[in-house]
Amino acid sequence: MNINIDTTEKENEYLIVLDGELDVYTAPELQKVLDPIRQSGSHNVKIDLTDVSYMDSTGLGIFVGTLKDLNQHERELRVTGVSNRILRLFEITGLRDLMHINEASEVE
Amino acid sequence: MALQYDYIEMKFPSSAEYVGLIRLTLSGVLSRAGATYDQIEDSKIAVSEAVTNAVKHAYGEDQTGEVLVGFAIYDDKVEIIVADHGQSFNYEDVKKELGPYTEDDNVNFLREGGLGLFLIETLMDEVYLKKDPGVTISMTKFINESQVHSNGETIVNR
Repeated sequence: MNINIDTTEKENEYLIVLDGELDVYTAPELQKVLDPIRQSGSHNVKIDLTDVSYMDSTGLGIFVGTLKDLNQHERELRVTGVSNRILRLFEITGLRDLMHINEASEVE
Repeated sequence: MALQYDYIEMKFPSSAEYVGLIRLTLSGVLSRAGATYDQIEDSKIAVSEAVTNAVKHAYGEDQTGEVLVGFAIYDDKVEIIVADHGQSFNYEDVKKELGPYTEDDNVNFLREGGLGLFLIETLMDEVYLKKDPGVTISMTKFINESQVHSNGETIVNR
C-alpha cells in the first residue's frame, strides 16, 4: 500500500513511472514530484501507470490539475500503460477525451 | 420474517494511511461473499471515495477521529456503510434514516471539485446518504447472480 515514483528527464520531457497504489495516502508524494514541473512548465510530462494496481478520483484530480497547468505553458500531458480498469475511470468521468491516454509515443 | 444477513463493523482512525487497509478488508469480505473481480474493484473505488471524503472533511486539519465501516452481507448483495463520525450505530436504525441524496448533498460532498460521489453513484448499485451527525453513506453491490458449483458447473440462482 505504497507508491514508488521514478522520474527521468529526457530532452523536453519528464517520464514519471509509478509503481503501487495511487490514493489519498500516496497522492502527496506524486504531488511533490509534479508541483515544480507544473509550475515551471518547461517540459512535457509522460506518466506511466503500467504498475499502478489501484487508482481513484484522487489520481484523476492530480492528472486534471497537471493537464491544466501544462496546457497553460503549451506543454502536453500523456498517460501511458493505463489498464482497462483504470481506463474505465477516465471514461466514466469523461476525462478520456481531454487527455492523451495510451497513445503511441512519437519518439520511441 | 427476519432478514438474513451477517454484519461486520470496524473502526479505523480517520487517517489517509488506513484507506488501503479498508480496501483490503472490503476485498476479503466481497470475495468471501462471491463477488466477481470487477464487482470487487468497483466497490474498492467507491468505498475508498467515501472514506477519502471522511478522512479529508470530517475532522479539522490537525484532528483525527474515527471512520466506521460496516458490512452487511446478504445472500445476493453486500451493503457497505461508511460513517465519518465514528460512533457505533445500530444498522437497522441507520438504514431507516438513510435517504437518496440530492443535488445539494452532491455539491457539499464534492467540495474540492472532486469526482468522489459521482464515482460512487456510477460504480455501485444503490447509494444512500444521511447527514447529521456527520456524513453516513450506504453503498450496495448486488452479487451472486450466478454461482459456480464445486464441480465447475455454473448455476444461476433466480
